[in-house]
Amino acid sequence: MLTASFSGSSAWFQVESPLSPADPEAPMLNFTIRRLIQIPIVMIVLSFIVIGLTQLLTPEQRAAPYIRSEQQAARLEQIINERGLRDPFPVQYGRWFSNIVKGDLGYSKASNKDVVETIRERLPNTIELALLTAIPILLLSVWLGTLSALHKDKLIDQILRVVVVLGYSLPTFVLGIVLLAVFYAYLGWLPGAGQLDIINQFVVGDLKRYTGMMTVDAALNGRWDIAWDALRHMILPAVTLLIVLSANLVKVMRNSMLEVLTSDYVRTARAKGLSSKVVNVKHARRNALLPIITLGGFLVINLLGGSVITETIFAYPGIGQWFVQAALQLDIAGVLGFTLLSALLVVVMSTAVDILYGVVDPRVRFH
Amino acid sequence: MTTTSSAPIAIEKRGAFRMFWTGPAMRKMRRNPLAIGGLVITLMFALLALFAPLVAKPTGNCLRDLNMTSQNQVYNPLAAPFWSAVFAPPASCYKIQRLSFAQEPAPPNSIPGATAPFGTVNGYNIFYGLVWGTRTALKMAFIIVGITLVVGVLIGAISGFYGGWIDNLIQRFIDVLFAMPGLVLTVVILTILRAKNPGGDPTWPIILAYSVAGWAGYARVIRGDVLKTRQLEYVDAARGLGARDLRMILKHIIPNSVTTVFTISVLDLATVPLGIAALSFLGLGFEPGYSEWGQLVDFARAWLKPEYWYVLVFPAAFIILFSLAFNLFGDGLRDALDPKTR
Repeated sequence: MLTASFSGSSAWFQVESPLSPADPEAPMLNFTIRRLIQIPIVMIVLSFIVIGLTQLLTPEQRAAPYIRSEQQAARLEQIINERGLRDPFPVQYGRWFSNIVKGDLGYSKASNKDVVETIRERLPNTIELALLTAIPILLLSVWLGTLSALHKDKLIDQILRVVVVLGYSLPTFVLGIVLLAVFYAYLGWLPGAGQLDIINQFVVGDLKRYTGMMTVDAALNGRWDIAWDALRHMILPAVTLLIVLSANLVKVMRNSMLEVLTSDYVRTARAKGLSSKVVNVKHARRNALLPIITLGGFLVINLLGGSVITETIFAYPGIGQWFVQAALQLDIAGVLGFTLLSALLVVVMSTAVDILYGVVDPRVRFH
Repeated sequence: MTTTSSAPIAIEKRGAFRMFWTGPAMRKMRRNPLAIGGLVITLMFALLALFAPLVAKPTGNCLRDLNMTSQNQVYNPLAAPFWSAVFAPPASCYKIQRLSFAQEPAPPNSIPGATAPFGTVNGYNIFYGLVWGTRTALKMAFIIVGITLVVGVLIGAISGFYGGWIDNLIQRFIDVLFAMPGLVLTVVILTILRAKNPGGDPTWPIILAYSVAGWAGYARVIRGDVLKTRQLEYVDAARGLGARDLRMILKHIIPNSVTTVFTISVLDLATVPLGIAALSFLGLGFEPGYSEWGQLVDFARAWLKPEYWYVLVFPAAFIILFSLAFNLFGDGLRDALDPKTR
């Protein structure tokens, strides 16, 4: 499916277990170990492919990131030889890999810093925004999805369904700009871009950093004004992501709930004379929540994809914005750094989802 | 139907199209007004894309490249320019008509002697950009979905048909591709292709990047369906009759497994243009001045003040309408084809 996750429509790909179904009697521990072993394998193959792709470029083009002055440009050939850019691919990959082990991902032209340092600086900002968004998304979509399913074909369901279609029809970049125009340019209620107001940007250097997340650090330093300012800057990007991403989840929750509501054991529970509240909440919803675990995985991936666009619109200094800058400036090291990081996050997350699923739903383990 | 005297009861023989149109799925679909509304608007976008030259008339270099002396020549279907404008417009027609070099937007219809009902931004005619942008969007969508569909279906069918180590290899490779969010993989490939040939025409790099990132999804879906199809008796019958693998895959397996993938690909005709618009919005797609939706939204970033409302409102409304219409249609289609909701 080509569904581009970043346009705000449904997810680009399914979080499927990359693993063939576990052996019939495989115990949970075995399942977990097999699943964990796959992480490094996937990452190595992926890096092999991605580094292989850069070999499409000529050695001169690949030397570009190392050249930062006229003098260096003059000794291009020397740089190519020093860096071994004409070596056979396996040799180059081996060198790249040993650098990774040493924690060196190269130098990013877009951020004027090492890739690792850039990630350390910017990733907390992205995580902060993602955390602020993810919890409301999950709560909202479980609530609305259940509501919609319980009142199937009633007025409230009809309204919610239209709202959901509207929600996932809004491309992230259009919605972001429209929100910016309304709440910043027209109403003036919220700040437009960046992470902090200019005044606060000067005092930020004095803050002692604990987590790298602006609101948390400012609060820990007792600077509640800065924490509030940072929070205000995150509202618009968070709302953009919330609208676009929860629409899909509401739909999945509704379908899952509907399926459970028509199942035999729910009918049995009703026949026993249990109150509809108990049936709906205890019997139906608890089982309907299973797909939501998978969707938690979805959400991480879509938040990553969505952050690329929202962070760019709102000039929020996270890794997504850096990725776009790196791509614009043809900063290959930066692009590769982000790619490997996001792949790692996705693989770890989908592994966690699979393992969690195995814990919650024994059928996954035993079939 | 020809009359045969020997047949006691005349059975109405329905053609494939009528079977489809009067079948349960389509009957359900036809009763869904939102889906039909969505379909009608989608078809209007398709017509707009095809007849873009008649709606936003060629100007400047485009007019010259079409060998036309006056704009209204394009309305004459008896003359050659009509046909070349509609079916094979020169590249210059995709450049947004530039009415001035003023940075500041001009309100709708404020420029004398020019058709700019949506105003201008950076001197670019917003109306022209949107109309020809629709054409760019749908053209790219058909090319990309076509390529990914063929590649994905072939690889997926081979994977499912042969099974064993071939299947394992292909599926594990797809797992690796799936470890990257789609946007990221597309941008990586696009960046490398752009670095290889800086300043070149981005059309083929975009198509290539999307195709490389997109085929795996189709392959995964069709593999599942092929696994079911190859169990069926007629496949065994064909094998018993001595059919070769290639013939089996192309004649028996694929035609009986493509329904799901085909539905998905129809829906992708909407998601691909939106994805490309997002790329252009980020500055990673088409160059400034090329008729493309994302460009125009990007221009609006600099002119968010209420007095320049038209710079944002028209492009945003256009894109949202397209996306909404297609999604309404798509939801109806999915509901209609999904046996569970029948």
